[in-house]
Amino acid sequence: MSTSVLPNRGHPHAQPANVATAPFATPVATAAAAPRAEPTAAAEPALSTRLQAWATRWVVPALLPLALLLAWDLAVRWTGTMLVPAPKEVAIMLKDFAVGGVYDDAFSGTLGVHWLKSMSRVYGAFALAALVGIPLGLLIGKSAMFRRVVDPTLQMLRPVPVTAWLPLSMIFFGVGPNAAIFLVFLGAFFPIVINTSFGVKSVEERLFEAAAMLGCRGASMFRQVVLPAAMPSIFNGLRLAHGIAWFLIVVGEMTGVQEGLGAAIMDGRMLSRTDVVIAGMVVIGFTGFVTDRLLVALNNHLLKWSPQHNV
Amino acid sequence: MSDTATARSAAPILHLANVDKVFHLNGRSIHALKDIHLQISKGEFVCLIGASGCGKSTLLRIMGGFERVSSGTAQMYHSPIVEPGPERGMVFQDFGLFPWLTVRQNIAFGPKQRGLHPGKLKETADHFISMVGLGKFADYFPGQLSGGMKQRVSIARALANDCEVLLMDEPFGALDALTREVLQQELLSIWAKTKLTVVFVTHAVEEAVLLADRVVVMTAGPGRVERDYTIPLERPRCITAPEFNHVRRELTEMLTSHVGHSKVAA
Repeated sequence: MSTSVLPNRGHPHAQPANVATAPFATPVATAAAAPRAEPTAAAEPALSTRLQAWATRWVVPALLPLALLLAWDLAVRWTGTMLVPAPKEVAIMLKDFAVGGVYDDAFSGTLGVHWLKSMSRVYGAFALAALVGIPLGLLIGKSAMFRRVVDPTLQMLRPVPVTAWLPLSMIFFGVGPNAAIFLVFLGAFFPIVINTSFGVKSVEERLFEAAAMLGCRGASMFRQVVLPAAMPSIFNGLRLAHGIAWFLIVVGEMTGVQEGLGAAIMDGRMLSRTDVVIAGMVVIGFTGFVTDRLLVALNNHLLKWSPQHNV
Repeated sequence: MSDTATARSAAPILHLANVDKVFHLNGRSIHALKDIHLQISKGEFVCLIGASGCGKSTLLRIMGGFERVSSGTAQMYHSPIVEPGPERGMVFQDFGLFPWLTVRQNIAFGPKQRGLHPGKLKETADHFISMVGLGKFADYFPGQLSGGMKQRVSIARALANDCEVLLMDEPFGALDALTREVLQQELLSIWAKTKLTVVFVTHAVEEAVLLADRVVVMTAGPGRVERDYTIPLERPRCITAPEFNHVRRELTEMLTSHVGHSKVAA
């Protein structure tokens, strides 16, 4: 029998065989291992390869939006409609909306205020939903008793469209931003609770056994096993909630709020300023897109251990 | 019979007496283990072998503290086994690694629970990482490793936690033949070096003959210890030697005479 301190060193095929046969080896893994083996080959890929990678990363995703923009423009030209502005008019409106100097009316230069109001409401309500939803979801997932108490109510409330709460929320919170915040909170709350509890429930029993065998107990188990194992589900819930939050803030701001993107769109509709309506839509879409990318970046950083959860 | 011939002077580390285990499932009772007597000495390498459903994994899980006995006693050093603990390290067939921790963090998990100083923690982890030959992969996540590498991490994790008994539940069952052979040899060399007590569940006769000092043959319905057989071979063992083949055939016959030959892989 071998008494070597490093038993593996004796097997010339052991390491390379393992690397080659690793079925789940991600590109990250191979990229990290490759330079050691062939330091020159991996150093500088050909210009055409890099150009292609750049195009795949930046040009391909932009194609469809550009095509849609073009289709919009052509459709307006061909039909000669006066009801829908062309992209160029919306772009001019956006500039006026942001910094003024074109139309110099009530909308000029007000975008910042509307945007900040909507942002603060969305993220205030989103944070509140996460603050209540995540702990509640953890409890529901962990305790069968708690689940029995809370789950039927939760499942009954869930299918009710949040917009149906609008009249009630205006009675509860009055006409104003608080009703909108309540709507966003409600809409964001459910996906967070449901996904968190699902994440906790579906932690593999084996991981608890492994942790217990290694001396992990009680509250420490929760922090070291349950929470990290449920993290992918929690993030799924947060991302869903985030999209819903933007969707609902506009609905919420359409009634009795003076400032906010939803209010601006509503004012635009009243005044038949379709360019304002579309400009507002563009700002919401773009903000939603950028913030979602930030959330995805955070997700990918925290869940880098799980390739299938990297979006 | 050789089971009485193995008079061991060493203290028994695990002691099971009159162990019964009954599972209750959907109103039905399943008698998994019946009247098990088993004594395992310090430093021994014992294989539990038998066909599927003979309760060998249940018996191992009782030793691990993952299952409680329905009646009888399961003791380690004369104190009853009631829950999993660091002194009994378990290696699962499906690894049970924490996917969000790197190889190093997985191996350091046990020592960390004991509140080891961070600097000492890394040192300990790195010692065991190199023992199982994963030096280059210390910062990889389990999802980036092959099955064989994951099982090395799993073994290192139990060892790093200073376990006295290594309980292994068909640890190499899911691996390809080549990787299995390499890991069997590595396990033997780790065992020789650390003087651990190993209880190893398998359904492969060849594996048992290669690894074990003693093979406990189990039969199903309900699970019983059929034979306690000491492998009469010197180490290191050579699987192509005629004596090895002889022992393998003898053990296979013991198994097939009870379970029907199709169920046991020789």
